Amino acid sequence: MDFSVIDWEDIIQATWDTLTMTGVSLLFTVLLGLPLGVLLFLTSKRQLLEQSVVYNLLSFVVNILRSVPFIILLIVLIPLTLLLVGTSLGVAGTIPPLVIGTTPFFARLVENVLREVDRGIIEACQAMGAKTYQIIWHALLPEALPGLLAATTVTTIALVSYSAMSGVIGGGGLGDLALRFGYQRFQTEVMIVTVAILVILVQVLQYLGDFLVRKFTRK
Amino acid sequence: MIKIEALEKEYVVGQRRIAALRRIDLQVEKGEIFGIIGRSGAGKSTLLRALNLLERPTAGKVIIEGEDITEYDTQQLLALRQRIGMVFQHFNLLSAKTVEQNIAFPLKLSGQYSKEQRQQRVDELLELVGLSAHRHQYPSQLSGGQKQRVGIARALANYPHLLLCDEATSALDPETTQSILRLLLDINQKLGLTIVLITHEMQVIRSICDRVAVIDGGEIVESGEVVDVFLHPQHPLTQGLVAENQALDLELLQQLRQRENSDLLRLTYVGEATHEPILHRIAAQTSADIVILQGVIARIKNTPYGQLIVELAGEASERAKVRQLLTAAQVRIDDLQASVVEGAQ
Repeated sequence: MDFSVIDWEDIIQATWDTLTMTGVSLLFTVLLGLPLGVLLFLTSKRQLLEQSVVYNLLSFVVNILRSVPFIILLIVLIPLTLLLVGTSLGVAGTIPPLVIGTTPFFARLVENVLREVDRGIIEACQAMGAKTYQIIWHALLPEALPGLLAATTVTTIALVSYSAMSGVIGGGGLGDLALRFGYQRFQTEVMIVTVAILVILVQVLQYLGDFLVRKFTRK
Repeated sequence: MIKIEALEKEYVVGQRRIAALRRIDLQVEKGEIFGIIGRSGAGKSTLLRALNLLERPTAGKVIIEGEDITEYDTQQLLALRQRIGMVFQHFNLLSAKTVEQNIAFPLKLSGQYSKEQRQQRVDELLELVGLSAHRHQYPSQLSGGQKQRVGIARALANYPHLLLCDEATSALDPETTQSILRLLLDINQKLGLTIVLITHEMQVIRSICDRVAVIDGGEIVESGEVVDVFLHPQHPLTQGLVAENQALDLELLQQLRQRENSDLLRLTYVGEATHEPILHRIAAQTSADIVILQGVIARIKNTPYGQLIVELAGEASERAKVRQLLTAAQVRIDDLQASVVEGAQ
């Protein structure tokens, strides 16, 4: 092993790229996935806005997106990515497929978390004359906060591992580095370092997520 | 205050229709505590929820303060619900909010109060339910009784005219139940608030209700003043509910009965008569023997009553005289002879 062959500047750049991809993608995933998850929950059977047609349609789309392997999604979405961010390469080119890949996943998690909220609480809000948006905003989401934070943690970690896959389409980041140097140029040292950084990153994210869940749990 | 006319509720489960409520007619007067009692699945919960349309009836009218609320549009319905408080068996407090925030919640939702007004109202309510010291705690840090006090304070926040209680004490131990019932009675008297409650416990009805309706299989099978229904239940279900409270051990009575040629009677008297030495007086006027086998002197809400099971022995004419005197003293006589024979078989 000769760790001196490693270009640490590359490593730092790649780590930063991974963090950026994960962070920006997470932001959009939550912005899109949270409303989608809430809508899935509300339109499902015996809920506030029960609409089986809407629910089945949304559910169908979510299932389809979730069943396409991410690696395929990356390639299939290239035209859309070009349209959205002007490039299908690098950090920017990776974000759209990441968001589209994880949003349905996150939305499904949100739906399940909301299902865990005590129905009695929703009934109590209705009995107080709360409007539907008030129930969602002031009761449902705050009550589900610990669960939503846990879902966000799981999604963030999924994003880290998905972003590593984006090396295949020249996406940049730690996965890209591992692929280009570690695999194609047989620099095992680079492979080890990138994997080690990913392991540490995931551990830190999980720890942070657990900490936040505990902090907001009142039960 | 509330008038329910020909109310019906049907659920469609798959292909079948299930009637949850059948032609319910009911009237609740302003300022009274009205109890609805029944076994689980009798429809009491559906009936209670028809009063704020959490359950929409299939047919019939729900008239509150002169208006048929089943014809309300969404806006009117939301406004109505803000004026009706509701208390739940499992409290249904927001676990992510403190005691104070839970109580302020309906005020916040209504959007009609400033922050200062909300704070002032919350202070009043905390005082009323005796939880001022717990204002910054979360529901999970409270006992069941304290949670229900928060639930009651929350239900009262918006100055309601009507309070609906859904098995408010069923999840509480007997002692806590009594303190919550006292609180409800206190609120009813202090604020003149009309309360409709549902329960499966006769004890709750007996402690605080003025009138009661007994529901079974989606129908009201008996209703009236609690004193009447409790002391002279007509329907088998009511008799069953009452009997759970004051078990009538017919076999034991048969054994206790010593004399030949005697009558076994249940004497019931209500109100002022409870304080009078009626039996003593009557016994002095006849040669018949009156032996008390079992008895209770107690109160239903504010009305004292006595219910004694006595053995009346002696000559037929003397026994008839005793019965006459008892009737004259406003004592109700039920012959238990038949039921004793029945019970012994």
